[in-house]
Amino acid sequence: MPNYTLNVNGQSMSVNVDADTPLLWVLRDELDLVGTKFGCGIAQCGACTVHIDGQATRSCQLLVSNLDGQKITTIEGLSENGDHPLQEAWKEVDVPQCGYCQAGQIMTAASFLNNNPNPSNEEIREAMQGNICRCASYNRIEKAVAIAAKKVS
Amino acid sequence: MRTEQNTFTVSRRNFLRTSALAGGGMLIGFNLFTACKKEATLPKEVIDFSSLNFNDFNAFIKISDEGYVTIFAPNPEIGQGVKTSMPMIIAEELDVPWDHVVVAQADYNKKEYTRQVAGGSQSIRQGWDALRQTGATTKQMLINAAAAKWGVDASTCKASNGVITNANGDTFGYGEVTKEAAALEVPENVALKDPKDYKIIGTDAINVDMDKIVTGKPLFGLDYKKEGMVYASILRPPAFGQKLKSFDATAAKAVNGVIDVIQFGDKADSVKDQIKGFMRVTDKVAVIANSTWAAMKGKKALNAQWEEEKLESTEDHDKELLKILDGKKFDVRREDGNVKKAFAEADKIIERTYESPFLPHNCLEPMNFYADVNGEKVHLVGPIQTPQWSAGYIAKMLDRPEEDVHIEMTRMGGGFGRRLYGDFIVEAAEISSTINKPVQVVFSREDDMGAGTYRMAIKYRIAASIKDGEITGYHLKEAAVNSNMYGLIPHFFPAGCIANYKVETGNYQSNITTGAWRAPYTNFLAFAEQSFFDELAEELGKDAVQLRIDLLQNVKGTQDENIQYSGQRMEDTIRLCAEKGNWGKAPEGVYQGFCAYYSHNTHVAELAEVELKDGQPVVKKVVAAVDCGIVVNPTGAINQVQGGVLDGIGHAMYGDLTFTNGNPSARNFDNYRLIRMQETPQVEVHFVENGLSPTGLGEPGLPPAGGAIANAIKAATGQRLYKQPFVKYLNQELKEVKG
Repeated sequence: MPNYTLNVNGQSMSVNVDADTPLLWVLRDELDLVGTKFGCGIAQCGACTVHIDGQATRSCQLLVSNLDGQKITTIEGLSENGDHPLQEAWKEVDVPQCGYCQAGQIMTAASFLNNNPNPSNEEIREAMQGNICRCASYNRIEKAVAIAAKKVS
Repeated sequence: MRTEQNTFTVSRRNFLRTSALAGGGMLIGFNLFTACKKEATLPKEVIDFSSLNFNDFNAFIKISDEGYVTIFAPNPEIGQGVKTSMPMIIAEELDVPWDHVVVAQADYNKKEYTRQVAGGSQSIRQGWDALRQTGATTKQMLINAAAAKWGVDASTCKASNGVITNANGDTFGYGEVTKEAAALEVPENVALKDPKDYKIIGTDAINVDMDKIVTGKPLFGLDYKKEGMVYASILRPPAFGQKLKSFDATAAKAVNGVIDVIQFGDKADSVKDQIKGFMRVTDKVAVIANSTWAAMKGKKALNAQWEEEKLESTEDHDKELLKILDGKKFDVRREDGNVKKAFAEADKIIERTYESPFLPHNCLEPMNFYADVNGEKVHLVGPIQTPQWSAGYIAKMLDRPEEDVHIEMTRMGGGFGRRLYGDFIVEAAEISSTINKPVQVVFSREDDMGAGTYRMAIKYRIAASIKDGEITGYHLKEAAVNSNMYGLIPHFFPAGCIANYKVETGNYQSNITTGAWRAPYTNFLAFAEQSFFDELAEELGKDAVQLRIDLLQNVKGTQDENIQYSGQRMEDTIRLCAEKGNWGKAPEGVYQGFCAYYSHNTHVAELAEVELKDGQPVVKKVVAAVDCGIVVNPTGAINQVQGGVLDGIGHAMYGDLTFTNGNPSARNFDNYRLIRMQETPQVEVHFVENGLSPTGLGEPGLPPAGGAIANAIKAATGQRLYKQPFVKYLNQELKEVKG
């Protein structure tokens, strides 16, 4: 199997996997970074969202062989002490129910706020449309993103 | 009205055991469900304190010498919040600061525990008395120990916030007297707090797993890893009614990382008739690999042939269910007065038919389980709502004593009823026992949606007789695939409100597997019944809210012990909702719809507001009023109701699974629509304050949502909806709701 060197959360990591292995499964099975979740495998639910050079990307559809030294950030590497403004806002609003989708929600929101630090509510709703929360904690996700936006800007 | 009080008293015999811990601290066990359930067996009379360990009871309080408190939660967490709220109740009576409490998940242990099930919104309701008594009794023991140390009468001492104080102002922290307390007699009949003195109950406590959730720490079943573990992806018949004929694994075995390909299912099949409960058993093929991806790739490379038996389609179900409704073969579930006579004498009869599709659960964490079946034990780890059932089945299947089966319950990425059915845990155990390796079975989304235990398709025909401007008779017929409404449901509203009342059910047996789905049966019934009442109000020229309140007067003071809902509590809930939602005072362009429904011991009313955008109805806001008695954890409670309302709207609006020759119409989210953020209204939640014992919230917020939005859509568009999903049946020009 070919060898790939990945830049994950600021660390260089080496893996031996097939070229067609999605980044999601490299993270979960090879690197034990299980915060990135498997939900659908076809980029429809957003549970597997990570950052590639800061941009929210579905890791279930991104093949390891298509990465070329880009910086990969997972929920584990979003902040050093779990205190990213979104993580803080998530606690403040008490967002999760089952909690399974929340890492993907936070990663989507983090990239969105980087690109648009001062969003309207409509922009937040549009940005988060791609992430399914099966428990439907949507009101609180919306509120937490808005609170984090205030802290960021 | 039947009042269901949990009756028990604290005694050493059935309730509390204590012991000093070797490493310091005090351990207190309480048998929660012995306290709750009459049929539960009592522990043995004589207590050998030295024999106690962490597995002795349903739950524990452990107090360290430093005063920190660990509370072990017996039942699994599926997102309903009991891992946070149940320990809050103990901490309240124990009187410790909430931030001194650590909550830990207990493992499954049938020998010592009695009932480790998550379901039915019952944890808080059934645990309320026992949890409070446990905290209060423990506190009294700590006080008694401190008093003994001081040589004073315990009645002169007080405890608060983890500190015991005597009349002289001397203090001991709880941790300083745990060793002494553990050796004391367990006091009986300890007084509970007056609710007005509550410091934790009624305040917001955030999810106890919050830090792990927002930083991506391992928590869920799929996150579990063990050295030497392999992965399994399972090929099942693509259509219901098919069986495996043959398969060729050559290409699958050539996939990098694939270790083996096995056919299995015989072991599970051999005992399926001996164990009560659903089990999906067919001969299946498992691809075993050293990574999840390799297992999934290997499965795709399998070449299998299937034999067809009976392949069913939605049009067959529609035909069969309508035939049942048109026929005479029913089981009578409740009958009051003389419906036939009321209908014969009526001025007018209104009759409507309501129809629903199948629904998959779609837990975002797909079904999965880890199993290590070896000579010593059967070790199982993952998300399951029914560990006891699973352990029984697996012990029988593997011909092992149940004591060998050890189940660790992880946090679950959703349940919604799907994880009541343990097909995946049985599969994991059978595969591990066949390959003699620890294995994690992982469903793909396609496996999860395609091999479900779906909410069954149901049709209702509801008829009412009207005489002299009053509703004189009510007749509801249910036709459902595989199974019918629970025994309690025929006694819900409007039972007791209409003198001549009849509920009948019939069913059609299908090979499509069905089961409980969040708020079983009422998740659709509430919409049917409550839009019917909206139509009746229109017919009678009455206000929709007033009609419900008028009818509820008839059930007040009923002696019928089958009727559990309360006319007064329902009325209070309706009035609160109407007041907070400004019923009847909608501004121009805002259309209101009302719905009230009692289920899972909780009364809920919801008012939906719909606006038209480019001629299409958009749900903008929902105001919910809830009577769940005392609200233990407001932030968690609001979260449950908001989620339930939005889940109810999403499935009423979009949820749709049909079958063509046994094949489900969707296997992934590219062609199955779940509600997403842009379709969500803001949900405002209000609670009725009555100080009564708390009831559950995981389910009851959901059922009224479909009715509330259907009635609001009627107000906005003039169209009455009789079938779900609404998006499919809204007029063509209204069909494409913003998405």
